[in-house]
Amino acid sequence: MSVVAIEKLTKQFAQGNVVALQDIELAIEPGEFVSLIGPSGCGKSTLLRIIGDLIQPTSGTVMVNGKPAPRARADHDYGIVFQDSVLFDWRTVSKNVALPLELLGWDRARRKTRVDEMLALVELQGFGDHQPWQLSGGMQMRVAIARALAFEPPLLLMDEPFGALDEMTRERLNMELLRIWEASKSTVVFVTHSIAEAVFLSTRAVVMSARPGRIADIVEIDLPYPRGAATREEPRYFELVTQVREALHLGSDLDRAVADV
Amino acid sequence: MSSQPVAVAPVPRGALSQRVGRRALDWLPALVVLVVVLVVWQESIALLHIKRFLAPQPSAIASTFWDDRGELLRAGWFTFQEALGGFVVGSALGILAALVLARWPRLSRALMPYAIAASAVPIIAFAPITNAWFSPFGKTSKIAIAAILCFFPVFVNTLRGLTSVRPSSIELMRSYAAGEIDIFRRVRIPTALPLTFTALKIATVLSMIGAIVGEYFGGDFNALGVLINSRSATFAFEEAWAGIGVACAFGIAFYLVVAGLERVALRGAPSTED
Repeated sequence: MSVVAIEKLTKQFAQGNVVALQDIELAIEPGEFVSLIGPSGCGKSTLLRIIGDLIQPTSGTVMVNGKPAPRARADHDYGIVFQDSVLFDWRTVSKNVALPLELLGWDRARRKTRVDEMLALVELQGFGDHQPWQLSGGMQMRVAIARALAFEPPLLLMDEPFGALDEMTRERLNMELLRIWEASKSTVVFVTHSIAEAVFLSTRAVVMSARPGRIADIVEIDLPYPRGAATREEPRYFELVTQVREALHLGSDLDRAVADV
Repeated sequence: MSSQPVAVAPVPRGALSQRVGRRALDWLPALVVLVVVLVVWQESIALLHIKRFLAPQPSAIASTFWDDRGELLRAGWFTFQEALGGFVVGSALGILAALVLARWPRLSRALMPYAIAASAVPIIAFAPITNAWFSPFGKTSKIAIAAILCFFPVFVNTLRGLTSVRPSSIELMRSYAAGEIDIFRRVRIPTALPLTFTALKIATVLSMIGAIVGEYFGGDFNALGVLINSRSATFAFEEAWAGIGVACAFGIAFYLVVAGLERVALRGAPSTED
């Protein structure tokens, strides 16, 4: 059974009659790491939010773990990470990670055990009692990832989580994310506008184009795991980067052709 | 009534004395200004032959205060109780109204224009009216005017805090299938607290103003506003000034208590201390 199964999905925003997404068909299998990549305005973040039942589609169906998306949300089937880490200033790092566990009604002892495990997973042991604003941007993002994975959701949705970070931090966090993904065995849907990031991380890169937002191509990333710094220097890595780039340009050429008509 | 708010957290002995020492040093410039102002005031009145009814000497005010301290402090306490009552009632209603309007934004769109218009009204002008609504000699009329004064800043600030939550925070909570009550408890209310406390501090001042001005239009024989009013009318200016001093002391103490509560409630927030 697919973790995410999207059929004939269309999203039209009421204001301005904008077609954000058109005829999206996509199936994501358990354990996959799927990137949604495309220019701004291609609807990749909208698609992520529709999978997460934060936005309602205009037509079509979205099934998560064989259930309609609203049911999956109610069942706590996914964790989400935004570009902004969305940590609450009035909570310590530990309490931020514990937030979903509180909402699930876990008792204090169980919460503490899990929070300690999660902080160890993202290598932030000893920072539990810090306030979020005392941490660097990269550390804040690791706290957000720990929070999203704390209740072991089968699906992790990430909306340009490293978009606001510098290149060095981003590359380090990319490697950490792969390590966490392999350890947690969850399925990841990852929105990005970085070709390098999409190729380095994903099992598949879903290339999208804009106006209307649609899937232009799906590139299988057949680089072996575990991937590391050396992966970025392999010929196959460059071939795949080129392939994704060409798919993106083909998509935008299509845009222009449509605009000319 | 002169006790300073004490340090909240237990601190090692050496560190505490260091802290107190640093505190004292922080306050030194302000203390110097106070002493200079009092000395200049005291001396200029004698030197320039300023009439007693314009401004008595601080030393005369102080000695009058000492002679009448029982009556003055009783009057101050009486008026402070009215202010406190108005503060509690007005702030509670303000917070409650903000919670209701934040929960039902449609209601907010209907009512906010009037709330904003009402908050621009010089409410103190209603003081004689509240005296007519309730007995002018009882506490209720002063509590009413103080409550109306406190209501608007607390209401407007709290509502702004409750509704200025980042959309991504709400999306995060919704992704956990959190309900409205959880979103209020864990996101909206903590976001609003700093703004609410700012308003509460303003409200302490407003409540004292409301109670005293209300008393100018009539009140209990024991009330501070009545005392200040009647002493000025009978040329007992030193006593009137001493009454004003007592009003200031109660007002400042009230403010400091709420500021202290704010520090306790908002510890950990980036704005309080570094």
